[in-house]
Amino acid sequence: MSKASFRIWRGDAGEGRLVDYTVEVNEGEVVLDVLHRLQATQAPDLAVRWNCKAGKCGSCSVEINGRPRLACMTRMNLFGPDDVITVTPIRTFPVIRDLVTDVSYNYTKARQIPSFTPDPRVKPGEMRMRQVDVERSQEFRKCIECFLCNTVCHVIRDHEENTEHFSGPRYLMRVAELEMHPEDTADRRMIAQDDFGLGYCNITKCCTEVCPEHIKITDNALIPLKERVASRRYDPVVWLGSKIGRRPAKDTPKVPNT
Amino acid sequence: MTQVAQPRPANKRAQISAPTFRTDNWRLSPILTVLGLAGFVGYATFRSFQQDHYWVELYHYLTPFYSPCLSATCEPGSAVFGTLPWAFPWFMPFAAATLPFLLLFRLTCYYYRKAYYRAIWQAPTACAVREPHRSYSGETRFPLLGQNLHRYFFWIAGAIAVLNTYDALVALFHGHNGGFGIGLGNLILLANVVLLWCYTLSCHSCRHAFGGRLRSFSRHPVRYWMWTQISRLNTRHMQFAWITLGSLVLTDLYVALLSSGVITDLRFFN
Ligand code: SF4
Ligand code: SF4
Ligand code: FES
Ligand code: FES
Repeated sequence: MSKASFRIWRGDAGEGRLVDYTVEVNEGEVVLDVLHRLQATQAPDLAVRWNCKAGKCGSCSVEINGRPRLACMTRMNLFGPDDVITVTPIRTFPVIRDLVTDVSYNYTKARQIPSFTPDPRVKPGEMRMRQVDVERSQEFRKCIECFLCNTVCHVIRDHEENTEHFSGPRYLMRVAELEMHPEDTADRRMIAQDDFGLGYCNITKCCTEVCPEHIKITDNALIPLKERVASRRYDPVVWLGSKIGRRPAKDTPKVPNT
Repeated sequence: MTQVAQPRPANKRAQISAPTFRTDNWRLSPILTVLGLAGFVGYATFRSFQQDHYWVELYHYLTPFYSPCLSATCEPGSAVFGTLPWAFPWFMPFAAATLPFLLLFRLTCYYYRKAYYRAIWQAPTACAVREPHRSYSGETRFPLLGQNLHRYFFWIAGAIAVLNTYDALVALFHGHNGGFGIGLGNLILLANVVLLWCYTLSCHSCRHAFGGRLRSFSRHPVRYWMWTQISRLNTRHMQFAWITLGSLVLTDLYVALLSSGVITDLRFFN
């Protein structure tokens, strides 16, 4: 058993401050354990969201020493005995209280994406997919919706005014997944740029750096989506092709805002 | 009676004035990036405009910075395609037909974009560190929309890599006493060309063009195979981006030192 120094952001509706605590730490514990001990001993009203304590539900996203992380997957032995450990709520989303934020922005963005659109002539039960095609989207399906990627993305983190026009890496990845689906017939490339703000992403890879599922968001979703969008609207040769009528464009509009 | 839901007071983000609470050394990587890029740009600019020490007549070594040599003043034998009828003024590199495209290829490269957006433009300097800009529009407007042309520069760079390969292979057939010969210079030229291919083929646009753009892999097994191989290289694209900067400088330096007579080539065979 040892002691650790914590600085935790306490407050609600945006106003708050960092409060210092000294807490007991036992071998093998993670930051979430220590937050729970704080609740049990010194700060019964400390708000923290969690659920699985196994890195699988994505509830416990906070920022620990300035880095967006899962509290339940951040081991205490990462820190030296004299380190002060700062824990703040994820900065991009509004604070409800203490470490708990309102992440509804993400659900709004999710609902705007036109969902999987198979060819209507394919009857239920007839669709077949090969493993190589399944594997590609399986990487993206590992997502636990912790929104650490959306939190770290400087497009909205540092520029709140962009939230309306930018869906964040999590949902651009969803668009990419659907655009790579062999049985999907919708074309989301125009709205990826116009409505979901792919052009704001400058591929600086912070989303990839923080993803607890180690999804290669930038390399495997965002850049391939940028390339697809480039083909649809920034490629003069393809544009010429569409002018002489070779590839008629049919763009799927985004789902009316819900 | 139905309850009218009271609108919740709009929640705000946590108001925290510190730009970051990171305790690790996040400044190091952008500083190294700036130093690395500046070092290369400085060296490459100097050498491209030097108009000298680019050709070793005896072994047919031509530095990649002068390929293809196009000025009428190019040393005999160094110009694969022949030269233009006039002598280039001092502000025109002898390889004026290729260097601008190689520059554009690297400038629009997805990796270098990350590197200079972070280290030079500071958007963001490091992850979860507040950036200094008041507003941000990313790559949504001119001139950054031009980054979308990367695919074209990829094809041009591919053609230039073929030319560099030719230069390296031709040198193998100019040994000391004529005919086949191998020296340290040949190995350097060849290694450089192999690395250039690794960089060029690991490009994200290449990965897209050769298979990534497909919706179905199972219906296109050959392109799926190519995509798989390119993807393996692609995960190391950043490494190749830096290694090739180094290998270009080393290759050029070796040729320059030979050509100016400072050193002599170490020959293994003829
Ligand atoms: S790579 Fe793009 S989406 Fe991901 S954090 Fe950076 S700017 Fe945001
Ligand atoms: S992509 Fe990764 S970081 Fe983003 S929400 Fe999913 S698991 Fe979290
Ligand atoms: S509590 Fe479920 S991911 Fe941390
Ligand atoms: S060369 Fe780097 S992505 Fe194309």
